Amino acid sequence: MEKTSRRGFMGKAFGAVAAVGGVASLVAMKQTWDPLPSVKAAGFTEVDLSTVEANCLVVEKWRGKPIFILKKTAEMVAKQDEAQTARDVIVDGTHYMIAIGLCTHLGCIPAYADKKEIFQCACHGGEFDSSGLDIKAPPPSPLVIPPFNVKGQTVMLGEEGPEYKKMKEAGILA
Amino acid sequence: MAHFTKATSVKDWLNQRLAIEKVEKVMASEYWIPKNINFLWAMGMVLAITFGLLLVSGIFLLMYYQPNVETAFDSVNYTIMQEVGYGWLWRHVHAVAASVVFLIIYIHMLTGIYYGSYKKGREMIWISGMLLFVAFSAEAFSGYMLPWGQMSYWAGMVITNLFSAGSLELNGVVEWIRGDYVPGQAFLTRFFMLHVLLVPLAILALIGVHFAALRIPHVNNQDGEDIDFDVEAKKYLAGDTKGSKVIRFANDFMSKDMFVVSIFLVFFFYLVFWNYGFAMDPVNFDPADGLKTPAHIYPEWYFLWSYEILRPFSKDVGLIAFAFAQVIFVLLPFLDRSPNVKTANKRGLFGIWFWLLVIDMIVLTAMGKLPPQGIYSTIGFVAAIGFIGLWVILPFITAIEKKV
Repeated sequence: MEKTSRRGFMGKAFGAVAAVGGVASLVAMKQTWDPLPSVKAAGFTEVDLSTVEANCLVVEKWRGKPIFILKKTAEMVAKQDEAQTARDVIVDGTHYMIAIGLCTHLGCIPAYADKKEIFQCACHGGEFDSSGLDIKAPPPSPLVIPPFNVKGQTVMLGEEGPEYKKMKEAGILA
Repeated sequence: MAHFTKATSVKDWLNQRLAIEKVEKVMASEYWIPKNINFLWAMGMVLAITFGLLLVSGIFLLMYYQPNVETAFDSVNYTIMQEVGYGWLWRHVHAVAASVVFLIIYIHMLTGIYYGSYKKGREMIWISGMLLFVAFSAEAFSGYMLPWGQMSYWAGMVITNLFSAGSLELNGVVEWIRGDYVPGQAFLTRFFMLHVLLVPLAILALIGVHFAALRIPHVNNQDGEDIDFDVEAKKYLAGDTKGSKVIRFANDFMSKDMFVVSIFLVFFFYLVFWNYGFAMDPVNFDPADGLKTPAHIYPEWYFLWSYEILRPFSKDVGLIAFAFAQVIFVLLPFLDRSPNVKTANKRGLFGIWFWLLVIDMIVLTAMGKLPPQGIYSTIGFVAAIGFIGLWVILPFITAIEKKV
């Protein structure tokens, strides 16, 4: 301490105060930009599957995002491979695709071409098949499957049901 | 305490307290500009005036604009456009100036590259200028969100998604930037804040740095001549105004500057009154809808070239190429290994490089606007590779350049 001048000490003291204050205000600033609790709590969406028509895309809204629900025809299911079928949600023997309808490239909403049975993204030309698997770049991965829970003929989006957990373990959510 | 005497005039009173005569000399009448320049040297003043137009029109728009997802669209498209007296004028001035300012920025940048005005002590002028370009880009993007139309919403979605950094899947970062899972109220209000306060503050500070960076190395001239400003200034002040290579910034050089500005303003207000449509995308006259993507999402013309560098690649490669395009111009003073401060056409390979860069950026801009299909995808891909290639070879072709 002998060698420390008064001015040097005051400089260091200010540095310490400024560092503590600076870090503390960064924490506050970061949290101010976090999604609000009311936004995070924006709950759960219930979807009735009994009214869905085959090969006709239904778009629901969940946490501000579009959710694609596609009931598959028997022919569609018949020509599917294993990877495609593994992503299907099966309710009473009927196969459904349930996925977040945002292109995994940059988040545009792909359109469903029911003749070709594929999803096409207008923004950068990406394509997904009727199970949500990416079949043409630039999207790097399949459409994301949101948390769901099957209850009879309805599906609750936002809840993690047993079928969802099984898909999660198999690593096929996206 | 300084010695104050009874003032003989208002000017003298101010002079004793603020040294206004000294300030005037330093800032204007004894700030020396080379004679050997052309109209391209007036672009800085044109930019300053355009920034002024954006500020004034923005102040008037701010009096009626409402940063709320329910009312933003109508506050712009109904209240300002139809109810407020001359509201349409402020909006059209603001929109046209926002577009034209980038045209002038690109001319200003390319002038700097062509005449070698980023070398030998002028590096900080170039770097502060490129930081201004980044700040203006942020200003343009945040402003584009405010009318809350379809293009506002989907451009906001696409650009904020870039921050997930591709396969790194940093969705938390994206949600933090938005304050929501998708662009919503929190997103609109924070971009409103950025647009009207934080980014303009940064721009004003950077303009200060940009001007300050000019003072020591001075403005470059058409031949890259290394002028001794002290000697030439002495010659001028001694009365040899014809023999001196420099003139006063004000009023001498300013008179020419402002003449170019007046031609620019005639062109500018022609656009504002008769041809403003290019600055107002028709898709953005539909209110934002999170469940309907427009058929084609494309940015305003001035971002098309970098957007086209992002587009033809797979996600991660595209992001890296895009990031490369955003930062590479800043490094120009260090990638150009030649000591020559000369016009590009006297620098051999560099001259070819300059014109290839200009053509490549025009091709990228054209392809960015077209849908990503067939031959357009291929041309866009080649042009994107070409852009990266040009910057990779720059240090090599300038290293072998002969001293001119």
